[in-house]
Amino acid sequence: MKIHEYQAKDILSRYGVPVQPGKVATTSEQAEAIAREFGVPVVIKAQVYVGGRGKAGGVKIAQTPQETREVAGKILGMDIKGLTVEKVLVTPALDIKEEYYVGVIMDRATQAPVVMVSAAGGVDIEQVAEETPEKIIKEPIDIRWGLPAWRARDLLQQAGMPSVVVARGGTILSLLARAFVEADATLAEINPLALTADGQVIAADAKILVDDNALYRQKEYASWSEPEEANPLEFQAKAEGLTYVKLDGNVGIIGNGAGLVMTTLDMVARSGGKPANFLDIGGGAKADVMKKALLFVARDPQVKGILVNIFGGITRGEEVAQGIIMAQPELPPGMPIVARLSGTGEEEGRAMLADAGLTWGFDMRDAAQKIVAEIRARG
Amino acid sequence: MSILFDSSSRVIVQGMTGSEGRYHTTRMVQSGTNVVGGMTPGKGGQTFEGIPVFDTVAEAKEKTGANVSCIFVPPPGAADAIMEAAASGMELVVCITEGIPVNDMARVAAFLKEHPTTLIGPNCPGLATPGAGKIGIMPYHIFKEGNVGFVSRSGTLTYEVVSLLTQAGLGQSSCIGIGGDPIIGTTFTRILQMFEEDPKTDAVVMCGEIGGSDEEDAAAYAKTMKKPVVGFISGRTAPPGKRMGHAGAIISGKTGTAQGKVEALQAANVPVADTIFDIPDLVKEAMRR
Repeated sequence: MKIHEYQAKDILSRYGVPVQPGKVATTSEQAEAIAREFGVPVVIKAQVYVGGRGKAGGVKIAQTPQETREVAGKILGMDIKGLTVEKVLVTPALDIKEEYYVGVIMDRATQAPVVMVSAAGGVDIEQVAEETPEKIIKEPIDIRWGLPAWRARDLLQQAGMPSVVVARGGTILSLLARAFVEADATLAEINPLALTADGQVIAADAKILVDDNALYRQKEYASWSEPEEANPLEFQAKAEGLTYVKLDGNVGIIGNGAGLVMTTLDMVARSGGKPANFLDIGGGAKADVMKKALLFVARDPQVKGILVNIFGGITRGEEVAQGIIMAQPELPPGMPIVARLSGTGEEEGRAMLADAGLTWGFDMRDAAQKIVAEIRARG
Repeated sequence: MSILFDSSSRVIVQGMTGSEGRYHTTRMVQSGTNVVGGMTPGKGGQTFEGIPVFDTVAEAKEKTGANVSCIFVPPPGAADAIMEAAASGMELVVCITEGIPVNDMARVAAFLKEHPTTLIGPNCPGLATPGAGKIGIMPYHIFKEGNVGFVSRSGTLTYEVVSLLTQAGLGQSSCIGIGGDPIIGTTFTRILQMFEEDPKTDAVVMCGEIGGSDEEDAAAYAKTMKKPVVGFISGRTAPPGKRMGHAGAIISGKTGTAQGKVEALQAANVPVADTIFDIPDLVKEAMRR
């Protein structure tokens, strides 16, 4: 789950990490009041769940409270990569001397959180990693121990940071690692970690991703959830508990099991069609779940036909067929549907579909070819 | 012979008295698996289908001589269950549970470095050795005894491909679902090593998917193997940055793309099937060589 910069800074400040002060505004009047409270100049930063806010014009400096109001008025409501800006963070501008990067990320290869440190901060760390990997110091940590401050100082020193940053940044990095573990983060980074002209070491920007699987025990952070996806269908799907990803094509796809659904998408593409979505109904789905999934996929106006591909183990063919038949009256008239049922209850399910005048495929390839042909035939 | 599991394995089920645990225990027993006990804290002394239930894994091991555990414990207690099994001396732990926090799995991974236990999963369908039975949730009727080793990250895709192999007359030695999470106990490479050493396996089918670099690592190992490997990668049409159902199935930046994995396998002389329907012929061809 994504959270905003101001929320990530809030979490870090609870652990004692010095963060740049600031407040969130949802109107330009509020932004002006915050500028008066903290003093100008201020930086006005769009709070949206996408990277590259600065390049998109979502981060601006204002020299006076009046200018803050004008600039905030422009940023609020702005569209950044499909997401509308509803909040801005107003924060006193820092006199930054140097910018560094410190972060912790869950690493699949080492199966541990990995600490990353670089003296090349303030920029896209993935770009640094690709172009000049030698500028990043990486170290896996034992999640049961965390990162002791002395070890954090070693890493900062290896990265070539000055004495004051080694000393204060060591404590900050150790706290960042603790916050990462306790918040069930999959990523926690401070970028930039700023050294100011007056010698402060401070988090000028922060990003935290919280593990979706841990939201049951991170109730406060879970309550911060907002639409993450630029696509409204994906947001609705999440609210309805469906595992759905929107794609660009016109063939709606429903299946059971992530690997099988991905393979079905690939098969449709190979048969000359373009998948409109990924939807996994999981194991043991009953007729009502099947119906709900069909109606959901049909909500996408791009969808011109739907392929249902079910391998029945604990999912029964009759239940799937029943769900497809139940959905018929509520689907757009004439919407072609091809179902492929295999395994438990396949004979019964196919017979039910045939009785209802619906098409079925005898395997995944046959079904993919049939739905692509039916959509083409309807032009 | 087979890998990881055979008819001498003595299996306990952690979480046996829950609805999933009950359903799948019955089917494991029907497949011939020697289920010797169950474990649910607070249910010690009860029985399920004549199988004794214990409060702790240590007690279950002491009373039954179990050496394998299958876990159906819900996500909040699953990591604890894996560590209990490992600490109690289970040689093999198969964790079916989907949705375990990744930090918990990082703790488990660190813990397992200090224990000789092999973990399969989590978020996996388990494993099967045709003729000996199964551990987990795979539909056992699709299998046929034979000499093809099978390993995959997914559940239903595994069933599809195994069915195709069986229909083509290609039986299986063992079939392992390693799981769709970012942190799993046993990787493709380790399973390939086991198949390479297994006298009953003559060829291996490996079904990977987008996300991470486990398939690339396995390709490097496959290049050194004597036995042929046939590959398949799903997610060729998956867009970057989107989680495709499995927590681990996500392309991040340039890492984890289907194309990168296909190229890595091909560079290691592993034929990669364009569709799952091409897999049986590629296996037959590989075994002729």
